[in-house]
Amino acid sequence: MRPILLQGHERALTQIRYNRDGDIIFSTAKDQHACAWYAHNGERLGTYHGHQGALWTVDVDPTSTIIATGAADNTVRLWDIKSGKCLKVWEFNTAVKRVEFNEDGSKLLAVTEKRMGFLGTIVVFDIKLDLEAEQTDERAMTITCEDSKATVAGWSFLSKYIIAGHEDGTVSQYDAKTGEQLDNTQAHEPDALITDIQWSPDRTYFITASKDKTAKLINARDLEVMKTYVTDTPLNSASITPKKDFVILGGGQAAMDVTTTSARQGKFEARFYHKIFEEEIGRVRGHFGPLNTVAVDPQGKGYASGGEDGYVRVHQFDKGYFDFTYEVERQARAQQQQQ
Amino acid sequence: MAPSFDHLPDPEEDEYDEEEELDFSDLHERFEVQLEQGLDAFVVVDGLPEVNEETKPKLVKFLMRKLNAVGKVKEDSVHMPIGDDGKSYKFAFVEYSSPAEAVAACKALDMVALDKKHTLRVNKLTDIDRYGREGRIDENYTPPKIEEFTEKEHLRSWLADPSGRGRDQFVMYKDNGVGVYWNNEKDAPEAIVERQHWTESFVQWSPQGTFLTSMHQQGVQLWGGPSWTRQKRFAHPFVNLVDFSPGEKYLTTWSNRPISIPEDGHPALSVDDDGMNYVIWDIETGKPLRSFANLDLPSTTTDEAGQPVKRKIQWPAFKWSADDNYVARITHGASISVYELPRMGLLDKKPIKIEGVMDFDWAPATPHREGVKTYEQLFCYWTPELGSNPAKVALMSIPSKEVVRTLNLFSVTDAKLHWQSDASFLCVKVDRHSKSKKSLATSLEIFRVREKGVPVEVVDSIKDTVINFAWEPKGDRFVIITTAEVVAATAVPPKTSVAFYCPEKVKGNFVGNFKHLRTYDKKNSNAIYWSPKGRFVIVATVHSQISSDMEFFDMDFEGEKPESDKDLTANLQLMNTAEHYGVTDIDWDPTGRFVATSASMWKHTMENGYHLYDFKGEQLREEPVEKFKQWIWRPRPPTLLTKEEQKQIRKNLREYSKVFEQEDQDRGASADAAVVENRRRLLDEWLAWRAGVEEDLKEEKEALGLPDDPLDALLGKADESESQVIEEIVEEIVEETEEIIS
Repeated sequence: MRPILLQGHERALTQIRYNRDGDIIFSTAKDQHACAWYAHNGERLGTYHGHQGALWTVDVDPTSTIIATGAADNTVRLWDIKSGKCLKVWEFNTAVKRVEFNEDGSKLLAVTEKRMGFLGTIVVFDIKLDLEAEQTDERAMTITCEDSKATVAGWSFLSKYIIAGHEDGTVSQYDAKTGEQLDNTQAHEPDALITDIQWSPDRTYFITASKDKTAKLINARDLEVMKTYVTDTPLNSASITPKKDFVILGGGQAAMDVTTTSARQGKFEARFYHKIFEEEIGRVRGHFGPLNTVAVDPQGKGYASGGEDGYVRVHQFDKGYFDFTYEVERQARAQQQQQ
Repeated sequence: MAPSFDHLPDPEEDEYDEEEELDFSDLHERFEVQLEQGLDAFVVVDGLPEVNEETKPKLVKFLMRKLNAVGKVKEDSVHMPIGDDGKSYKFAFVEYSSPAEAVAACKALDMVALDKKHTLRVNKLTDIDRYGREGRIDENYTPPKIEEFTEKEHLRSWLADPSGRGRDQFVMYKDNGVGVYWNNEKDAPEAIVERQHWTESFVQWSPQGTFLTSMHQQGVQLWGGPSWTRQKRFAHPFVNLVDFSPGEKYLTTWSNRPISIPEDGHPALSVDDDGMNYVIWDIETGKPLRSFANLDLPSTTTDEAGQPVKRKIQWPAFKWSADDNYVARITHGASISVYELPRMGLLDKKPIKIEGVMDFDWAPATPHREGVKTYEQLFCYWTPELGSNPAKVALMSIPSKEVVRTLNLFSVTDAKLHWQSDASFLCVKVDRHSKSKKSLATSLEIFRVREKGVPVEVVDSIKDTVINFAWEPKGDRFVIITTAEVVAATAVPPKTSVAFYCPEKVKGNFVGNFKHLRTYDKKNSNAIYWSPKGRFVIVATVHSQISSDMEFFDMDFEGEKPESDKDLTANLQLMNTAEHYGVTDIDWDPTGRFVATSASMWKHTMENGYHLYDFKGEQLREEPVEKFKQWIWRPRPPTLLTKEEQKQIRKNLREYSKVFEQEDQDRGASADAAVVENRRRLLDEWLAWRAGVEEDLKEEKEALGLPDDPLDALLGKADESESQVIEEIVEEIVEETEEIIS
């Protein structure tokens, strides 16, 4: 699979998201503007200007109407995808590291940084999925992380829980209505920062990536670690592929730790693991800096990765990818068909 | 309550109890003046004839003659007490000038007849005092208690691999943990023992694999047996390095800090070892044999301030002969000291003087020279040009100290001595400078040790500088690496060439002249690793950041042989190339079946871990290991099979290998089956879990009254208008021509 190289950003990528149909890719980088791209040919649809600092995060609502971005200028902004117009600005005390819409786009959460005496928080807003509507200033809810700041967070199935990954390697579950902490588990090594949380299509389980060089598949209902994917490099991002039972992990030695220029040395590869068997299947090279983010097309047709090198590489899966199955999987499928 | 000033015990209150008087007996015992100490020089002579005052001087005079035979006795130091009745008690006290003489007197004069009737009995005064008093010795004999014999663990039990596959063991040191494992080829190694903080600096096997050596601040410990218990310890404080004799009889330890014996003694070493750096130990008894101080090496270079730079110590400084009977050390430029074991005395009580000697090396096996009946140990040494005398390379036989062969050489800058493993050949790599001393060239002087008169063959067709040389173990071929530039510490390693040499084919049981076989140019290689069984060799680039290639060669390729090589005893074939980024160490297993390559954090911290290859260069395993430090295969002792038995096995190899191949296949198949079974289980579990989750989710949605897909409502409008067809019209100009119409 020959990737499409998206060379629109001038600095390191921070997050990539596909819209629900998988035809548009949104990307944020430290260069202060978000970009939208056509997934099939890599043409740039547009950019969103307005932020005054590095962008850390982006998410798109399920109807592909608006996107939300969070940045180091301590704001979360909503944008009209089509026109690129800024619809709303919420200001915070510290940088915003993660935003995510819930399943039906009625709520948005934002994770704020712990800095300058302010504790890290997870803030929830009610969203009106209407370009004309006035968005509320009110925060629907604020969860304050007293122990260890949240680095990433997301909505579970039916917007029942908010799941957050923390700086100290723990994963916690909050009631999405009351903000009460229901559960907290040491999923990763203590003091290994959780760098990413991404959901399965039905949001019943999720994958976490961590600096402890592992990614874990965790059940959203009881936070049970179901699978562990062990790699040899700190991970920055992990994603679950629909259609096929794989996960894609991205990472690499942090730029400051890289002592040589050898790309091979830094392990700047996207790694494919089998979701159920926890075995590595393959790697995709190409970046010459660590992978900061990977995202999978919700339709399962491709994936994109964004690196410290400032490039987004969009890959379309080819036939070999879809044909690849383990013998036991084939047998199980054959059995199902018989029944 | 803690005693404080306010709460001092009232002396009136506590009645002084005499019974509680302090018990000084322990102190008393310790500080009691030992009177006997001065009496060691006294002996008691018994069995003398009865004399009176008048005859006494006569007897004394007579006795003096006997007594003076072993030491110095003055006339007035013989005390012969006379009783009240004027008659002597038939004994005398005699004072010698030293305790040693007194001991000698007891040995020499006891039971000596004075005349027919009288026999002298001579004992030390202290002994009489100690044993002669009543009650000092139990009248009844009680036999000494002999500890019941307990069988010790078999130190070579590992050779019988419990799986019956003849696997090899290796030790791996990573982070703080040391583990010994069975090599399972493609599969994860099977741990035999794993211990945290087993060693403080590194681990090492004894040369025949019996012991695993661990290094500690207090000394060296040896481990072995099936339960990995401590077998021996050698308490050399702050030990840095350790070296075994080839037969595992003795051990040399070295510390850069001179030994200092504490006031209250040291469990193993004595005051004599104070200030020493080296200790040679007997492994069986665990006792030190002799200790030595560092020799100052003459400095050849000076640092910026003009101070001589301390040369690094040469290790091993004490070199062992192949039969464990001699150990020798060089005194740079002056002599070689050969010590005989186990007494550790200098051979013939003096060092062998060799003016200017630069380096020496023992033959690694007892050499069999033609026309020599008694096989002696052999070492070679070289001396540089001294005045008008040429540089010399010589072979000396020990213990006869006979110089077997000398070779004179001119314009020598440096020489390196390379013994072939059977001591059949010695190659001296001589770096010569031109008259202007500007350029260097290398020649190889090969001594044929087994042949009559030890002929020397010269290979001087080499234009460049040889930076590495390696004999084929148990064979007669060698590989060299040459470079055109003189190696300097540059960032870019010089281009090197790898050249293979082998003997010509000759009739009869002789080894022909060494001929150049092939050269590979434009390489980065810097290291040669022969298989311990010969035939296969790896030429690699190690310790390099730029390239880490490893090339696996076969010297006896069974395929077609090029016409040009038909007179040579080798058929070279490059079997495989492999790459291991940042490789620092390459180690063949003792059977020559596998090769472990590793990148150790001692050298760099990038991609530490190991690769495992088979002898053909096929990669079997690759494992990155955090904080990986060391991988060493456990050596094996020499085989116990006779030559005939080995030949027999080689002859029937096909039949044996059939059995093993079948076993391998079966094992592979069962392992595969287990993997498949495990996968099936995982898949079933997953599918069952998914089914449960989907069911729950559905129920929950129904309970909340939500539609199955919440987005249907949101996207309702879009869905009605069906899928859109987007037409893209691409205009492509195939050709454009311009015609001018007039």
